[in-house]
Amino acid sequence: MNANTKTENQALSRTVLELDVNNHAGVMSHVVGLFSRRAYNVEGILVMPVGNGETSRIWLMVNEEARLEQMVKQVEKLEDVLAVRRHGATHEVFERMEEYFR
Amino acid sequence: MSSNKTETLSGAQIVVRLLERQGVRTLSGIPGGAILPIYDALSQSTLIHHVLARHEQGAGFFAQGMARATGLPAVCMASSGPGATNLVTAIADAKLDSIPLVAITGQVPKSMIGTDAFQEVDTYGLTIPITKHNFLVGSAEELLDVIPHAFRLAASGRPGPVLVDIPKDVQNQRIEVSEWPEPGVAVPVPVADTGRIASAAAMINEAERPILYLGGGVVHSGASALAVALAEKASLPSVMTLMALGAMPVDHPLSLGMLGMHGARCTNLALDECDLLIAVGARFDDRATGKVAAFCPQAKIIHIDIDPSELDKVKTAHVGIMGDVRNVLEQLTPQVKAIIRAPWLTRVAELKTNHPLRMPGIDDPRTPYGLIRAVADCLDDEATIATDVGQHQMWVAQAYPLRRPRQWLTSGGLGTMGFGLPAAIGAALAEPERTVVCFTGDGSILMNVQEFATAAEEDANVKVVLMNNASLGLVFQQQTLFYGERIFASKYKGMPDFIKVAEGFGWQALDLDQASDPLAALGKALHSRGPVLIHVSIDMREQVLPMVAPGAANKDMIGG
Repeated sequence: MNANTKTENQALSRTVLELDVNNHAGVMSHVVGLFSRRAYNVEGILVMPVGNGETSRIWLMVNEEARLEQMVKQVEKLEDVLAVRRHGATHEVFERMEEYFR
Repeated sequence: MSSNKTETLSGAQIVVRLLERQGVRTLSGIPGGAILPIYDALSQSTLIHHVLARHEQGAGFFAQGMARATGLPAVCMASSGPGATNLVTAIADAKLDSIPLVAITGQVPKSMIGTDAFQEVDTYGLTIPITKHNFLVGSAEELLDVIPHAFRLAASGRPGPVLVDIPKDVQNQRIEVSEWPEPGVAVPVPVADTGRIASAAAMINEAERPILYLGGGVVHSGASALAVALAEKASLPSVMTLMALGAMPVDHPLSLGMLGMHGARCTNLALDECDLLIAVGARFDDRATGKVAAFCPQAKIIHIDIDPSELDKVKTAHVGIMGDVRNVLEQLTPQVKAIIRAPWLTRVAELKTNHPLRMPGIDDPRTPYGLIRAVADCLDDEATIATDVGQHQMWVAQAYPLRRPRQWLTSGGLGTMGFGLPAAIGAALAEPERTVVCFTGDGSILMNVQEFATAAEEDANVKVVLMNNASLGLVFQQQTLFYGERIFASKYKGMPDFIKVAEGFGWQALDLDQASDPLAALGKALHSRGPVLIHVSIDMREQVLPMVAPGAANKDMIGG
């Protein structure tokens, strides 16, 4: 598989979700639990505190599936999730991380 | 925050004070090491009556019975470890049926969390997928926020269970409290989109063969009268889910009763012909829809729900309206034309005549339908009807003339055997003036039979009607119908003497099998005060019919 094909493939099949969440123990578990209980694999996860650390931002890379709409609605329902934004697969947050995964 | 004089209080005292301020007057639980500080504080409360369950699952279902009967969040408590794990089934049941519950568990001290301490279990982790939200409380100060927050979450939007796990050192931590938070109550849901409501009204006005499909959300939102008014104005034949029974009186001319796996033929056949399905607070559960692709195949769909994640989850709606169904119906009904849909109502009447629910033995109180009818004939609509899970549950759902929202307490989504007795006791504790009848089976009753002791202790006004077929009836039925009559592990070889069991717990007991005048004996038992067991033998070959095979289309019904 050449580089182009790989990028195109990812553009078709992946989505990046950006979540603003409260920053305390257990929040990550609430979020990923929604995926794991549906046997929906999370391909990539990044999380760091934002500002004074009261909130965090979680970046999730997931495969684009018919269930994704439902997943987003479920994530939005979580009490500790403040906002959810959707991005295309080529969002640079994961691309810039790639150098740590070589 | 309301100001008061400054007091130095422990976390445990703060919890009890917050529960009192919340209006909690009855709660249930079982004490143990990790929750003893809260129990010590509770012992000093003059406002809260604590009901000592015999198993934490019983405490969970007492709270559910209280919450289902009143619509208000109810509280159960348990200690750490096995206390908490025993609550899990009742919490999961509340999640699936959207019942507002606040579960409070003790936890080992913070310094010991993660050390495999005695009676330590990851209660927070265990309850993430079965609660609306859960908390592991880190300090006594946090309690002032967390407890009202838990009640607010349990009651707001789509109701559900919330768990608060409190480490023992947090319960013992003493802090100064000078201000108290306001009690947590349901926050209003944003007003629904008026454009979508107008579109829905237009669709209803244009439809030729519409059906109103009522779910548990109608009961939760207190919108039963509004739903009936909409049906009457627009001449909408109406079906109810298991959870919605009582929202429209089942003998209302527009009622088609319960839909789905054990719905009447006329009900499922009418759905098969409808051109518009108006789903109100219903979630297209597989027991209601059967094979989804074949459910209402000709119909456009209007879906009204308070939970946005229910819209388009199973069936894509032509118009999806997110909102409290009471609020939506208040706006929708005035925009709907008053129509007499003569051709459609004639067709539905024809289906009802040609394919009614068949209730063999209705006049014989020693048959399933006859017994249910006889019980109903002894009572009025003020009685509350609970069930366990199995054949008896479906027979009662089909045949009992439910006419009042919150009259009907049953475990719908999780289908928990063992639900009935403690839920009935909880309802009797919440509304002691009512007679609460629990229909149960010989399989279900043994799953929480220990709560006979609690009912006797509390003198709960509960009548348990035990339909004893010496088997796990629905399993027996499915093995008969779908597994080549290979009956395995569904017949009981040993059978307790339930009359002695009940009497041993301090109950009155009636064996209808031995009664020379069963109707008179039944009436006397149902009208006597306090807990009474009514035992009736049922033929194990009796089936709940019609039945849609799991995964099949609703129009392909077996029997009935």
